[in-house]
Amino acid sequence: MNWASFFNMGGYAFYVWGSYAIATVVLVLNVWLPLRRYRKLKQTLKQRYETSS
Amino acid sequence: MIFQKLAAPKYFYPFAGKLLPWVAGLCIITLLTGLYLGLFVAPPDYQQGETVRIMFVHVPAAWMSMFVYAMMAGACAIGMVWKIRLTDTFVTACAPIGASFTLIALLTGSLWGKPMWGTWWEWDARLTSELILLFLYLGFMALQSAIDDPRRAARAGAILVLVGVINLPVIHYSVEWWNTLHQPASVARIDGPTIHSSILTPLLVMATAFKLLFVSIVLLKMRSAILENEADSRWLQEQGV
Amino acid sequence: MPATMTPGAFEAWFRVLKRELLLAYRQRNDILTPLIFFIIVISLFPLGIGPEPKTLQLIAPGVIWVAALLATLLSLPRMFNNEIHDGTLEQLLLSPQPVSLLISAKILSHWLTTGLPLVIISPVIALTMHMSNTALLFTVITLLIGTPILSLVGAVGAALTLGLRGGGVLLALLVLPLYIPVLIFSTGAIIGAGNGFPVDGQLSLLGAYLFVALVFIPWVTNHALRVSLD
Repeated sequence: MNWASFFNMGGYAFYVWGSYAIATVVLVLNVWLPLRRYRKLKQTLKQRYETSS
Repeated sequence: MIFQKLAAPKYFYPFAGKLLPWVAGLCIITLLTGLYLGLFVAPPDYQQGETVRIMFVHVPAAWMSMFVYAMMAGACAIGMVWKIRLTDTFVTACAPIGASFTLIALLTGSLWGKPMWGTWWEWDARLTSELILLFLYLGFMALQSAIDDPRRAARAGAILVLVGVINLPVIHYSVEWWNTLHQPASVARIDGPTIHSSILTPLLVMATAFKLLFVSIVLLKMRSAILENEADSRWLQEQGV
Repeated sequence: MPATMTPGAFEAWFRVLKRELLLAYRQRNDILTPLIFFIIVISLFPLGIGPEPKTLQLIAPGVIWVAALLATLLSLPRMFNNEIHDGTLEQLLLSPQPVSLLISAKILSHWLTTGLPLVIISPVIALTMHMSNTALLFTVITLLIGTPILSLVGAVGAALTLGLRGGGVLLALLVLPLYIPVLIFSTGAIIGAGNGFPVDGQLSLLGAYLFVALVFIPWVTNHALRVSLD
C-alpha cells in the first residue's frame, strides 16, 4: 500500500480530500451541535426536577 | 396502531431513546464500510481518475438533499391530515440537515467540476437545481425563525413546504429544459460515465450511511425538542430525563 | 376546495374587486412605484453594460423578466398588509361568501394594478432594448400570461409572511425560487420565437401553470391567511 500515492490521489489530492473534509466538517457539526444542546437541556431539567422534588 | 401511540411525545421520547444507539451504531459501521470501499477498493475511473471518489460523497449528499425534503413534505401532509403535533418537531429538525446535505452536494460538486471542466462553477442542470433546493430550505428556515409563535411557525412552514414540493418537479423540469437550450457541446455532463458495480456498491453503502446519520440526528433533535416543550409535564418528571 | 358559487357570490366578488381598485386608485403611489422601479431597473442595464444594440437585444428578455419579478415582489406586501390592523382582513375571512373566491378578487385587483401596467409599457421598453418585432410580441404575450402567475404565487408568500419583521426580503426569499419556472419558460419563449422557432411548448406550459394556479392558489392563500391571523 503506497500511502504517498494514496494521499496524492493522482494529483487531485486537493479536490478529493477537500470534498471529504467539507462533508466531514458539515456532518460533524450537524451531530455535535444538537448533541451539545441535548446534554445541556438534560442537565438543566435534571437539576430542576431534583430541586423541586 | 403503533404509530398512533408514537404520535404522543410521552411514548416517542423513550422509543427514540432506545432506537438511537442502534441507528447510530449501524450508521458508523456503514460509514466506515462505505469509506473503505470508496477510498481503497473502488478503482480509479479511466476518464476521471481519482476524482471519481468525490462522487461517493457528492451523489449520496445530493440524494439525501432531495430525500430529506420529501420526508419533510410527507410529514407536513401527515401532520395536517391527522393533526399530529410531533410532525412539526420532525420537520423543524429536518430542515438544517437537509440544507447541510444540499450545501455538501454543491461544494463537492464544485470541487468535482474544477478538475473536470476547469471552472469552479457551471450552471448545469443538476447543480442549478441543487442551488434552488438550497434556497427552498433556507427560505423555510428563515420563515420559521421570523415567526415567534411556534404554532404559527409550524403551520406556515407546512404550507410553504407543501407548496415547495409541488413546485419542485416543475422547477427541476424547467431547469433541465433551460440547460439543454444553453449547454455548449463541450461541457461534460456531471453524470460522467455509466455506473458499474465497483462504483455502485460504495455509492449505495454511503447513501445508506447518510440515511442512518439523518435518522440519528433527527431522533436526537426530536428528543431535545420534547425535553424543551414538555419540561413541565408530569410524565417527563416521573419517567426521568 | 375551489370555491362554489353561492347566491350573491358574484356580487360579493365584484364588490371586493371594486373596493380594491378604488383603494388602489386612492393610493396611486403604490401602483406607480413598481412600474417606475421596473423602468429604472431595466434602464440600468444599458448604463452598466453599454448601449450596443446587439448586446441589449441579447439580454433584453432576461432583463425585462427579472425586472418584472422584482417589481412584483416590491408590490406584494401591499396585498394584505394594509388591512391587518383595521380588521378588514378578518372580516373577509369571516364572510358568508366563499372566501377563496373573494381572495381571487383581491389577487385580480393586484394584477390589474401591478402586472397589467407592466404588460402595457413593455412594448415601449422592448423598443428601447432594440428587440425584434417578434421578440417584442412575445415579450407582451409572456408578460400577459406570466404576471398573473406572479401575483397568484406571490399571494401565498404575502399571506404567509403577514406582519412579520423582515417581511419584504423574507417574502422575496420564499417566492423567488417558485418564480423560476415562469422566468425560464417566458424568456425561453421570447428567445425561441425571436430566433424563428415554434414556442407553443413554452406557452402551453405557462398557460397550464396559470390555470393550475388560478384553481388552487386562492384556496391555499385562504389557509395561509388563517394561519397568519389566528
